[in-house]
Amino acid sequence: MGYVAVKGGNEAIERACRLFAHERTKGTSPPLGVEQIKEQLYLAADRVMGEGSLYAPDLAALAIKQSAGDTFEAAFMLRAFRATQQRLGYSLPSSTEKMRVVRRISSAFKDIPGGQILGATSDYTLRLLDFDLLKDDAARRRAFREQIFSSLPADAEIPETFPKVIRILRREGLLEETLSAAHPEERAFDITRQPLTFPASRSAKLQALARGETGGMLALAYSSMRGYGDIHPTLGELRIGYLPLTVPHPATGEPYVAGEVKVTEAEVLARMQGSDGMPRFSLGYGICFGQNEIKAISMAILDRCTRTEKPNCPAEDPEFVLYHIDGIEAMGFCNHWKLPHYVDFLSDLDRLRKAQEMARAGKQQERRRC
Amino acid sequence: MLMREWLQKEAQLRNDETPIAGYPFGFMDEGAKKEIRRSILKAVAIPGYQVPYGSREMPIARGWGTGGLQITLSLVKPDDVLKVIDQGCDGSVNAVNIKKFVATVAGVTITTDTRAATLIQTRHRIPEERMSGRQILVLQVPYPEALREVEPSEMETRRMHAEADYSRMWLFLYEDIVKYGEITISYRYPVTVNGRYIMDPSPIPRWDVPKLHMADTLFLFGAGREKRIYAIPPHTTVEPLEFEDHKFRTENFSGKACARCGATDTYLDEVIDNASGERRFFCSDSGYCDKRRLAWNP
Repeated sequence: MGYVAVKGGNEAIERACRLFAHERTKGTSPPLGVEQIKEQLYLAADRVMGEGSLYAPDLAALAIKQSAGDTFEAAFMLRAFRATQQRLGYSLPSSTEKMRVVRRISSAFKDIPGGQILGATSDYTLRLLDFDLLKDDAARRRAFREQIFSSLPADAEIPETFPKVIRILRREGLLEETLSAAHPEERAFDITRQPLTFPASRSAKLQALARGETGGMLALAYSSMRGYGDIHPTLGELRIGYLPLTVPHPATGEPYVAGEVKVTEAEVLARMQGSDGMPRFSLGYGICFGQNEIKAISMAILDRCTRTEKPNCPAEDPEFVLYHIDGIEAMGFCNHWKLPHYVDFLSDLDRLRKAQEMARAGKQQERRRC
Repeated sequence: MLMREWLQKEAQLRNDETPIAGYPFGFMDEGAKKEIRRSILKAVAIPGYQVPYGSREMPIARGWGTGGLQITLSLVKPDDVLKVIDQGCDGSVNAVNIKKFVATVAGVTITTDTRAATLIQTRHRIPEERMSGRQILVLQVPYPEALREVEPSEMETRRMHAEADYSRMWLFLYEDIVKYGEITISYRYPVTVNGRYIMDPSPIPRWDVPKLHMADTLFLFGAGREKRIYAIPPHTTVEPLEFEDHKFRTENFSGKACARCGATDTYLDEVIDNASGERRFFCSDSGYCDKRRLAWNP
């Protein structure tokens, strides 16, 4: 009987793994370099770093190559690698005003102090396939670069810092007080060391959101803005740039800049009634590694939604949101259904057969009584 | 098809005389445009009623005006004069983008002058200048459902419209007045069209709502993401929801004037000065503001 497949599991597994690696290598195209992924598919690498919660562009690119472009798997590898690394310490809080800005927009005000900086974005591109890209090569790239740089002014001045748009509203009392002032936390809750409990502290919530899965967060945020909830946000400011990372020196404790990380930050405004009864804007905050505007905006919306006093819909329930947005946990559980469930299923079968038997017997008895 | 053949076909298409290689006039195929025009006719016949339609994928993102764009593309003719505005401004990024696209696929003339345009696509504003019966205003709509605020389910809101069961909307407004002493709906103020359907006038400010009432112009509303088209035909009553003792009010700009053209009768944008942090006001309708300035210094 070929039904009982207990033996030979080891070899089958090994061959399946090797076949997966082979699938990626069987074409005739030249092997994809990790540098190429990092440079040319940088948005994929950024997304994987965010969801994998490890800022490591090279490793993210490697993970993307290895997983054949599956961003869930790639983020999973980064998370697993992260767990092997020793925790050296925590960085010091850093103001995003000091960010080296490459893109900054506001949809609340037409003109903002410091100006709107569109930066690199696909927002205004027509989504038409560019068949010229089929003929991409070094010479074309050189020509394209020359064309771009030849028309640029040589010495445009770049301001050192850009003021925050929300400051203007705060100054006028149109924005709720800062949350950190209302609920000070002595030190940040570390979700990689402690399990989430509810009500979750704000630092725990923001961490969970910062490493949540883009698609899942988008779906929940979209449900709220579309009608199952009532957060209709205005994007106070969205900025992308490089944030200096300051850490205390391990020996002296003096702060020093260890490097910088590329982040996307979103601040959304939604109307609310303040604790003093005055109508105000409230702030939703989102930040994530790399350039991932969908995720930062979704995070900011979910941050705001989950502060609603009486949750009316899934996106407003902090437990619902925080337990379901982690892509790595969700995909792991979803995939686990592929594992054998022979034992529990048999137990189900037994109960079902028994129940049917009882039902039939009951019906016969009833008939007899009539 | 092999990539090589694809490239050959592509090169061939590029030499054709269509406005943009490989794409038909007006981007969409004739069948799709006809289908949308039929939905528009139905919408015109039942003012304020949301007609579902097979919204197509556009090369701009959903939520960026694809509903308006599909209406524009299904109506546009080569001799049309097109104006596109975003928040009142002809030069806004999204307006520029849509304009560029329609001009490329339909070869139309572009204008910033409301009076000169035959077709105007807009996001969030109705031009200040009164429009004529020869013009069409196409509004981009993010949320076509005026009752969404009080009911998240589409099936339920369809029922409410069918039965003209608008009690929850009225209750919402009433509760707002009880809680805040004021109706807090700012833009997207709900209106009753032709005495029958409650309709979302798209996110125009309350300032623009009276312009819809008994107008000479045809207003078409397109929601691409939500796949709905609706319309206000010319000379149709459009009444904002209000109570006898609590009337509808527009935004108040009394005591303020445009810092560029001096207008005191237009919808104004608040702008914060870069250096001083001081606030100033400018006409939101940039085309109208430019025209007024030109009249001073020709």
